[in-house]
Amino acid sequence: MTGFYTLFRKELVRFWKVVFQTVLAPVLTALLYLLIFSHVLAQHVQVYPGVSYTAFLVPGLVMMSVLQNAFANSSSSLIQSKITGNIVFVLLPPLSYMEFFLAYLLASMVRGLVVGMGVWLVTLWFVDLPLQHASWLMLFVLLGSGVLGALGIIAGIWAEKFDQLAGFQNFIIMPLTFLSGVFYSIHSLPAFWQALSRFNPVFYMIDGFRYGFFGISDVSPQLSLSIVAACFLALSWATLLLLKSGYKLRH
Amino acid sequence: MPAIRIQQVHKHFGQVHALCGVDLDIAQGEFFALLGPNGAGKTTLISALAGLTRADSGRLEVLGFDVVKQYREARRAIGVVPQELVFDPFFTVRETLRNQSGYFGLRHNDDWIDEIMHNLDLVAKADTNMRALSGGMKRRVLVAQALVHKPPAIVLDEPTAGVDVELRQTLWAFIQKLNRDGHTIVLTTHYLEEAEQLCSRVAMLKQGRIVALDSTSNLLASVSGAHVRLRLYPDALPAALEPLRSARGKDTHTLALRDYAELEGVLAQLRKAGVAVQEMELMRPDLEEVFVQIMGRS
Repeated sequence: MTGFYTLFRKELVRFWKVVFQTVLAPVLTALLYLLIFSHVLAQHVQVYPGVSYTAFLVPGLVMMSVLQNAFANSSSSLIQSKITGNIVFVLLPPLSYMEFFLAYLLASMVRGLVVGMGVWLVTLWFVDLPLQHASWLMLFVLLGSGVLGALGIIAGIWAEKFDQLAGFQNFIIMPLTFLSGVFYSIHSLPAFWQALSRFNPVFYMIDGFRYGFFGISDVSPQLSLSIVAACFLALSWATLLLLKSGYKLRH
Repeated sequence: MPAIRIQQVHKHFGQVHALCGVDLDIAQGEFFALLGPNGAGKTTLISALAGLTRADSGRLEVLGFDVVKQYREARRAIGVVPQELVFDPFFTVRETLRNQSGYFGLRHNDDWIDEIMHNLDLVAKADTNMRALSGGMKRRVLVAQALVHKPPAIVLDEPTAGVDVELRQTLWAFIQKLNRDGHTIVLTTHYLEEAEQLCSRVAMLKQGRIVALDSTSNLLASVSGAHVRLRLYPDALPAALEPLRSARGKDTHTLALRDYAELEGVLAQLRKAGVAVQEMELMRPDLEEVFVQIMGRS
């Protein structure tokens, strides 16, 4: 346990030492989205009856920040360690692949949650959000950050250059999070895009998370939870297999 | 039980056969040198032993623990100082050593960490960020990191590459102390005089094969002949001795002798030519010569 705990703690300290970049910057980005989109669209769009567009937008922004930062934490930590070579410090000790996985995963989830809390706190000034189902909300935020944390581990192990990781982030993570209904309800989309959105697991994370606040969602929260949980299990399993095989870490 | 046992280890990197059936036993308490030119497979062998790379076939053990099947015990028994000067820029020296202890499952290790830092002259830098350290200091931290868990076997991969004289002396004094305390030391180095002074046994690796494995003294004895360096007056080597000359210094001539008996003939030739010997130095063959001979032969 000490090995796991030390690695977990080290990963937390690592992002906390650069808190401007890892927490405050994403909070500011989310705040800018809120200011711009709510200013432009608040008069024109009402997604759910009785819910202002700004209120609708905030849970999406919170969850998007959680997911992007959970991914960023594990992936950037691993690629930096690989490129600078200090990954040997965690490969030489008797850490099991399970300890390795859990330490990077949980640290990513914590980073996601801290950023998400930050976004939620600064948006309190702009909008008063209801909280219908706190436990659903927590489930989605935990599982969602877990999915992206695991995906970050995979990307960090796979990528050999910062360029490849940036590709992964810009061509997979960004489209998945932006096209997931953060800024709109998928019911406002044409049929084709609505159908396509249903193949995007991030859509279910955002939709389920929003259900926690408003008690309203585009699809049933049970369905969303099943899909997100299945994604989490599948990605965790894949990550563990990669770590066990030593893929790109132990040649 | 040997400290390290390597049996029929093979490793390929694509088309390159980096290790071709290496067999090697290193006894507990030995100070052992693993020598070879660049690309001979030294680092690959160390990596396989440390679990950083996986051998294609064969078996590697540290204190009887299989490095794959019993990786936890094996890794606890070995400390590796990597060749590359790597560090984590987020942490200070003390944080780095505490983290490393924790990875090995050690919680309250500060006494030993202090002792290592003291022995490696790191105390003044304990709270300095790794980024701010000089190359030599970073190297010391790497050595300290390999020792946090008091491993019975310590492997140092080129620990003195690009390191100043002071650190070399500090480092070797500490490593020799650890060796006297019973730790097994395995060393790779390009400085053959270091290996000659420190190590009781030597393996030489070439293209993934062990081409020599013997005690340092036997290897030195295996090279026949000696060298004699002469300063002459007048500074002219008689023509009859030219074939023996192996090197020419600023005002010296070095001759290669098949054995010491040949010296008598050299002196006779000098007398005959009316050349006086102003200074004479006999040089025994060193490990470098053994190395060059063995690498050339095999």
